[in-house]
Amino acid sequence: MSAIFWKEMADHFGRRRFGLLFGLIITGILWGAFVLVREVDGSSVSVDAFLFLQIFTRSSGGLPPLLFFIGFFGPLVGIVLGFDSINSERTQGTLSRVLAQPIYRDTLFTGKFLAGLTTLVLIMLTLMISILGVGMFVMGLAPRGEEIIRLAGFALVTTAYLGFWLALAMTCSIFFRNTVTSALVALGAWLFFAIFVVALIAPLVADFFVPQDEIASAEEYLQNFNINLWVARFSPMTIFNEAAQTLLDPWGTRGARSLDLIAIIAPERLQGLLARPISAAQSLRLVWPHIIVLVSLVSTFLVASFFRFMREEIRS
Amino acid sequence: MSDALIDAQGLTKRYGQFTAVDHLDLQIQEGEVFGFLGPNGSGKSTTILMLLGLTEPSEGHAQVCGFDPTREPLQVKRQVGYLPESVGFYNDLTGKENLLYMASLNKIPRPAAEHKAAEFLKMVDMTDAANQLVGQYSRGMKQRLGLAEVLMKDPRLVILDDPTLGLDPAGVQWLLQLIQEMSAQRQIAVFISSHQLQEVQRICHRVGIMSHGKLVLQGTVDDLMSQLESGGYLLEIEVSGGDGLSDVVKAIPGVQHCEAHGSRLVVQASKDVRSQVVAAVAEHGAGLLELRSHNSTLEDIYLRYFQEN
Repeated sequence: MSAIFWKEMADHFGRRRFGLLFGLIITGILWGAFVLVREVDGSSVSVDAFLFLQIFTRSSGGLPPLLFFIGFFGPLVGIVLGFDSINSERTQGTLSRVLAQPIYRDTLFTGKFLAGLTTLVLIMLTLMISILGVGMFVMGLAPRGEEIIRLAGFALVTTAYLGFWLALAMTCSIFFRNTVTSALVALGAWLFFAIFVVALIAPLVADFFVPQDEIASAEEYLQNFNINLWVARFSPMTIFNEAAQTLLDPWGTRGARSLDLIAIIAPERLQGLLARPISAAQSLRLVWPHIIVLVSLVSTFLVASFFRFMREEIRS
Repeated sequence: MSDALIDAQGLTKRYGQFTAVDHLDLQIQEGEVFGFLGPNGSGKSTTILMLLGLTEPSEGHAQVCGFDPTREPLQVKRQVGYLPESVGFYNDLTGKENLLYMASLNKIPRPAAEHKAAEFLKMVDMTDAANQLVGQYSRGMKQRLGLAEVLMKDPRLVILDDPTLGLDPAGVQWLLQLIQEMSAQRQIAVFISSHQLQEVQRICHRVGIMSHGKLVLQGTVDDLMSQLESGGYLLEIEVSGGDGLSDVVKAIPGVQHCEAHGSRLVVQASKDVRSQVVAAVAEHGAGLLELRSHNSTLEDIYLRYFQEN
């Protein structure tokens, strides 16, 4: 397993496409720095300001929050690392040679998955640590313990989320022998979940059951909203966004759609709720189901791949 | 339980209605070079895949080095080197790095692997190209690298799937000689599949001929000859002043057929009639310019067999 792992790691970092990934990291860092300089106000230091978290959650002058960048482009990194992992070996003629060596087939697959995941984690940590570094430089402050806990939780959620896209892409690489087909299917899934489910299908379904024009009461509005939310949750992107918001925004002030809504329909409830930020432990408890969902999606893809791959005929 | 390296019994592979390999029985002994011959699509590669556990047999079973390739693939793969039909390498690694990666999959410690890689690269005359990217290799070089690679794990058995495919004649000669030396020096059994009979038969102790998924003939080249010799002997002679000679030759006992093409006579006989023919030519007063006896090569056997069907 370790032989495959290190070979794949060397591949990921040596290949030309790593330039693309590196470009994404740089973009992310610049994005964070931009938000930081323009929006985050280091002069009014209060205990509950969570300045380092704000770098990820604030939008600035038309630029969406960094969180959006990670949620939207992170999947691309997973897909780039995984879409040709098995089928390129097949096309190259190396698959039958590798599988003629004394290793199990699942070892090859697992080794490749772990190498991809490690690469993803390294990319993500590079991005986060660089941004924190820039933040410390600009603000002259160090992140507090709670901010670090929340960021660690966010890193965990992001790992599971990126792992989902890697597993999806690798599954495509087993089911589709042509690398181009595999890439297109993986990218199609990305567009489907990122745009169609969240922006089109979810509102459509919600309007079907509770037409927006006929909404008369707050209850109906809430119903419409809930349907919308539950359909949108079929997209891992929604799951990721919810979890990340919860972790990075202890006040529940920015972007959290459910809280925006509460503010509209029941402002009196909001006041009590937001008198104090939620504790890190509470936030982690809230996102636990999200992590479980993402991890079980990853397992589902891995199991499907194993079943297909284990009994497949390997022709050269 | 036999002590054969490969022992296949009733091995069958079906794809839907199509039977690719049909109840194949096959034994290969230790140290033997076995030529597994047949036209394309006769089930050679499928048989090899089953022997390596890369596909499951529909029926029957095989034992390779004493293990079932479907149930204990790792035991088999530890002892068997396999060179696939269209051999591929990691193009962005050098030849040596490719060998070292395969060695690490076999859990060969790094220093030993380096040593072996150097040794086998030298053997296949690739030392100079060892640090070139495989992407720049020619087909022949890749084939040689493949041969070096299967030796890395000190195999008891090497399975080569059409190793001569796409090589020029000189390359074929060289590769086959290398295979022969390798087998003799290291006591490695070689299972070599090919459709190039002429070349391959020379290095084989035994051959088997596949046709439509069945092993139709099996034995030493000489055995196969005698099995098929019933077809008779073929002589070709060239004479000067041989008018009317064909009638004389036809009268020789055992000659079945004689045909004159200008100064050439083609004689078909049921036994060896060379001396009688020479005597007849001398008696007739003609000058013998050339006499050629067509010894059956494996290709003749092969072609004849398939013509018979």
